[in-house]
Amino acid sequence: MTTTTVEAVNLGKRYKDTAALDGFDISAQAGTVLGLLGPNGAGKTTTVRILTTLLRFDTGSATVAGFDIARDARQVRRRIGLTGQQTAVDEVLTARQNLVLFGRLFRLTKARARERADQLLDQFGLRDAADRQAKGFSGGMKRRLDLAASMILAPQVLFLDEPTTGLDPSGRREVWDAVSGLAADGTTVVLTTHYLDEADRLCDRIAVIDHGRNLVDDTPAGLKRRMGADRLEIVAADPADLAVLHGIVAAVADGETATDEGASSVSAPVKEPVAALTAAATAVRDQGLTVADIGLRRPTLDEAFLELIGTTQKEGQQ
Amino acid sequence: MNTLAPLPDETLAGRLKWTLHDYRTIVGQEFTHLWRQPVNFLWALGFPIVMVLLFVYVFGSAMDVTGEGAGVDYVAYAMPGMFAMTMAFGFTNTAWAVAEAKEKGFVDRVRSMPMASSAVVVGRNIADTIHAAIDLFVLFLIALAIGWRSDGTFWETLGAFAILLWLRFALIWVGVWLGLMVKGVEQAGNLFAIAFPFGMVSSVFTPPELMPGWLGAIAAWNPVSATATAIRELFGNPVAAGNSWPEQHALMAALIWPVIITAIFLPLAVRRFRNLGR
Repeated sequence: MTTTTVEAVNLGKRYKDTAALDGFDISAQAGTVLGLLGPNGAGKTTTVRILTTLLRFDTGSATVAGFDIARDARQVRRRIGLTGQQTAVDEVLTARQNLVLFGRLFRLTKARARERADQLLDQFGLRDAADRQAKGFSGGMKRRLDLAASMILAPQVLFLDEPTTGLDPSGRREVWDAVSGLAADGTTVVLTTHYLDEADRLCDRIAVIDHGRNLVDDTPAGLKRRMGADRLEIVAADPADLAVLHGIVAAVADGETATDEGASSVSAPVKEPVAALTAAATAVRDQGLTVADIGLRRPTLDEAFLELIGTTQKEGQQ
Repeated sequence: MNTLAPLPDETLAGRLKWTLHDYRTIVGQEFTHLWRQPVNFLWALGFPIVMVLLFVYVFGSAMDVTGEGAGVDYVAYAMPGMFAMTMAFGFTNTAWAVAEAKEKGFVDRVRSMPMASSAVVVGRNIADTIHAAIDLFVLFLIALAIGWRSDGTFWETLGAFAILLWLRFALIWVGVWLGLMVKGVEQAGNLFAIAFPFGMVSSVFTPPELMPGWLGAIAAWNPVSATATAIRELFGNPVAAGNSWPEQHALMAALIWPVIITAIFLPLAVRRFRNLGR
């Protein structure tokens, strides 16, 4: 059974002359990760701030964990966790003191807050650093502490606003693992990012947003599919072979075969990627040719993203 | 597996209980800061201490505030001024702390939690008042060390310190408001540009009567002057008051000014806090 834990319909928010959100819709199913992907200023943070009851909105409606965010803000707040763009931990306090502090603010008893802090320190791999001041932590550790603080009540919905911005690769990996673990345990995660690899790796669905509107809402694979078929590409070892290679590729292509003289390559879209690759490779071998590379190229999320964003920018100019 | 935060009973008493609980938690956090960063606390006191040494030992010998000659009784005149000035400058600490909490997302996190969101502000207020009491106590010991004495009774002396904290308490709202207004911590640091004239264009170091007429009038009506003059009276230190109403009724003025400041800046701070959701 799937239940919708986050649903926003036609959200609008204006700041003087500019519309931060302009008829924005999203929905997220329980236990899934929804990524809000878009360039800076697209409305990602505004969406998170509205859904976490921090910001009022002008039009539309939204429910989070089954409660209306405008009418039942307090009920919503009991069921969500928020990790904003900055790490909102108290750097003077130790990791443990931070978690106990937030536990107390969530009205846990002292004993329960300590117990929960211990659980979270284990869960987020901070046990060894538990009694050190947070100011000495690495970026990844601070982020994990921050995540732990928003997980005190094991919220139904966790909002993460650019959780890995500014982190080094190992820090990002730490945060990714933590987020995947949470979703696997049933928490619905809504995160914003402008890293495509992050969205690709973490999210069950991605909403591409720009100018305060949801352009596309799809799975990462679906987004890539929108870019069209996979492409077969052969890179020539000797540019003199390009004409022959063009013939080989064209024989298995399901569309126009393109030759890139600069890259010494020939490529074409293919519907049956594996069969096409095998056939092309066999043909290359049979003709006794040597090639630098032969392979399938999947459209990347970057391409899907740039194409979608590019479309709206063109619309904007008209 | 999801747990829910308990909600207060929908009674006034139930809500009050939770609100007080939240205030206590935030105040506790402030004290952990104090405990873990005693050096920061001492640095914050560094400024008034340097001012004491500067005014008492460097300029003091040239100051004739009592009309009995340069340097006479200057320690007795300047120390109460020092106490008042430390209270006056205190709002910059508040503003800085609030700006930092806002910039770092601490305010947002707390606002997204089912707690009394006023705890950020009120907890700050209570913590700052207690902080100021400790500041005053340390300054008091330094004052005794350099030869200042209170000639008032025990209760008059205690009353003087209460008046000082009363001013600090009112100025916390100014600090909270400014802390929410400024763009970030960096801008909060610039608030000293306001604090300086506010603290110094007063009777803290020199009687307003000795200043040019218009400046003297401003200084005489400055809330900091009222507090400084009132506590001088209570301590039995030289007063050197002019003829203006607040100087003649310093005690009354020292009680009323903080009420006026609170009446203006408490609503401004609350409104600013609510408008964070705009």
